[in-house]
Amino acid sequence: MQLKLIPDSLHLPFLKFRFISFIASGLLILLSAVMFFGPGLNKGIDFEGGIMIEIKLDEPPVLSDMRSSLGSLGLGQVSLQTFGASDDILIRVQRQEGGNEAQKIAVDAVKAQLAADYGDDISYRRIEFVGPTVSAELVQTAIEAVLVAVIAILIYIWLRFEWHYSVGAIAALVHDVILTIGMFTITGIEFNLASVAAILTIVGYSINDTVVVYDRIRENFRRYKKMEVKDLLDLSINETLSRTVITSLTTLLALVALFIFGGEVIRGFATAMIFGVIVGTYSSIFVAAPILLQIGLTHHNEEEDGFKPSTDDAIDSEQ
Amino acid sequence: MLSFPKWKAALVVIVCLLGIAYTIPNFVPKSALEGLPEWAPSKQITLGLDLQGGSHLLMQVDTDDVRAKVLDSLLDQVRNNFRNDGVRIGYRNLKVTGDKVTFSLRKPEERDAAYEALRSISSILSNGQQSHLIELNDDGSVGSIQPSEQAYTDRISAVVEQSIEIIGRRVNETGINEPTIQRQGADRILVQLPGVGNPQRIIDLIGQTAQMTFHLVDLTSADGNAPPGSKKLPSLNEEGRHYVIKNRVMVSGENLEDAQATFSQGQPVVSIRFDGLGGKQFARVTTDNVGKPFAIVLDGKVISAPRINEPILGGQAIITGGFNVQGAQDLALLLRAGALPAPLKILEQRSVGPDLGADSIAAGEIAGIIGLIAVAVFMIVTYGLFGLVANIALAANIFLIMALLSVLGATLTLPGIAGIILTIGMAVDANVLIFERIREESRNGKTPSNAIESGYKRAFTTIVDANVTTGIAATILFVMGSGPVKGFAVTLGIGIICSMFTAILLSRMIITFWALKTRPQTLKA
Repeated sequence: MQLKLIPDSLHLPFLKFRFISFIASGLLILLSAVMFFGPGLNKGIDFEGGIMIEIKLDEPPVLSDMRSSLGSLGLGQVSLQTFGASDDILIRVQRQEGGNEAQKIAVDAVKAQLAADYGDDISYRRIEFVGPTVSAELVQTAIEAVLVAVIAILIYIWLRFEWHYSVGAIAALVHDVILTIGMFTITGIEFNLASVAAILTIVGYSINDTVVVYDRIRENFRRYKKMEVKDLLDLSINETLSRTVITSLTTLLALVALFIFGGEVIRGFATAMIFGVIVGTYSSIFVAAPILLQIGLTHHNEEEDGFKPSTDDAIDSEQ
Repeated sequence: MLSFPKWKAALVVIVCLLGIAYTIPNFVPKSALEGLPEWAPSKQITLGLDLQGGSHLLMQVDTDDVRAKVLDSLLDQVRNNFRNDGVRIGYRNLKVTGDKVTFSLRKPEERDAAYEALRSISSILSNGQQSHLIELNDDGSVGSIQPSEQAYTDRISAVVEQSIEIIGRRVNETGINEPTIQRQGADRILVQLPGVGNPQRIIDLIGQTAQMTFHLVDLTSADGNAPPGSKKLPSLNEEGRHYVIKNRVMVSGENLEDAQATFSQGQPVVSIRFDGLGGKQFARVTTDNVGKPFAIVLDGKVISAPRINEPILGGQAIITGGFNVQGAQDLALLLRAGALPAPLKILEQRSVGPDLGADSIAAGEIAGIIGLIAVAVFMIVTYGLFGLVANIALAANIFLIMALLSVLGATLTLPGIAGIILTIGMAVDANVLIFERIREESRNGKTPSNAIESGYKRAFTTIVDANVTTGIAATILFVMGSGPVKGFAVTLGIGIICSMFTAILLSRMIITFWALKTRPQTLKA
């Protein structure tokens, strides 16, 4: 006999806790909003413009010396951090006033200063600078990409299901995106292009999870014509719970491997994804399904919606 | 009835074998692939710049400069056409005003002739419009000619094309392998240089306009300030030194035929050779100005201003200017490749050293292998024999992803590796959905073969719905994302397609054949 993570007989009354989960989610969303509009995101150079240089030295340098040396160049805010190893330093210089060319001049100044301080022992692992033109465009494209993705998915769900499901799915989705952005503001993890990729993947994952639960709810509406909606939702969540948990676990296993072994550059991405998977799983169960009850999905709605595809007709008629 | 058609099985097996065949070249050294016959799979996955090291530069043509030049040359054209063979139209106040060239005519009766002269400047553009808008009032006292927006757009487009060609020549001369130089949008150029970790020299070479001109030095300027018709320019190599030179270009770098770095009296110098016209101009200037200094100007800085000792008639000359060897070589290279038609601004630069790239690949491999093992063990613990089937599907899935990446020539980036690892976790989802369904059907009293059959059938729509939504996210990332993010979208998208194939067809085939062969009485799943 194999391991069963979720016993067959398990029947948790999820809907009973819906007000608790709604309040919890609401508070987390509020916290995310406060953090977002307060301290804000730690935007990387992709979105803020500026310079990022990663160097590796033969020996770990004294960071305070390096900081004061580079700080004396008059380039504004210069931040240093070790990146994975103590001899691996990430230097970030704020965006320079004076347009695109000013960035390049600043890069040259930093390199000249480093060469003066540390000689030829520096290996430049990465040099990136993004001018104000490009960073402004990247911000716009990122926002557009997330909006277009959400709308496209909304349309798909609306075509495949009844409108109540669309509302529920989008509520869960927006919930996940807001909380993930909140996570970025609270942890101070750099928000860059890879973070947008992470958010869009979370969008895909969250919807994926939600759709599996919704598919079952729809199926059960057809099977149990007399069951109370609340019980029916509970039943559907419980029936799909095993799958929801197992898929989240396998995805998390892969992501944790990525987080631990995938290297420093990818760690922020892995962190966001791990958080997103957990939140996405939570929201499918505690937000997406209960909200259907809240907005008044009934048997009547389902019957009116006769043309939508069904999952089980073919099989049942065979038996 | 539980069944799996033979032809379908054959197809699945063939696809999987092809997947393995097209993955193998990635594990073989490149040299070994060259001896293979034409039909054999030999393509390797292209690594992104962030994995193999290299530089990515996004540059923009200085459109203000292009527009200014368009107006300057329009001014010359107007002047020429008013004083053309036979035509003599009196004008005054000819100048650039805003985005127009304005003037007024001396005699109202020359209005029609002037209009004709301007008309001959205007041509019909690609979109069927006139290239210039001409306005001339009845008595000719107020007149203007203005290039249309389309004329600017066409000109900028031509400048971009020309710049790409010149950048290509410069990059090729430096011996970099497989550079990518392409146009992006209306006025941008994307340059990707694989394997260049510290690209400062190359970037300097690419970004330099390299407009060379020869001017006479203005000797009338006593106090070092420039009188009208002259300008004060800094020295290229001597800090703090300035020259006052006459504005008029005596010879231009466009008339160069060749340039080479060489030595003269132990100093690195650049020897240049003019073409026919340039040679003649150079001969005339040097003949007329013996004993005077002659300034060589590069992008607004004076390289040097040597004295003309004697007329130089052979069309050959030497440029001195305190170069080091590298400096002389680079200047020669720039002069050979030609000047950029307009200055370029660097908007974005991303360079990754080759060792960081190698570290990223190694880390990605370890993370992938460990993730894979963890997921595989989990699946066997959870589903036993069925878990094994899911793992076979997962392995096939990874081969198919790598094969598709190789065949499509898609670029694998660091986020792309993350995408593959994420896919490992998510790929088993389809199988999980199916197995959970089979368990359920089995619990509800169905026979094993019925449970398997309906498990696959019922899970199918759910799998499609769930994957289409992730697919939408991947497509949007691909369309709207750039660089590394695009790489992530590609692997995520390919991963979705492959995981659906392996779950719906491959795992179903294996389980169906297993069930038909062993005829299990109960399902342990």
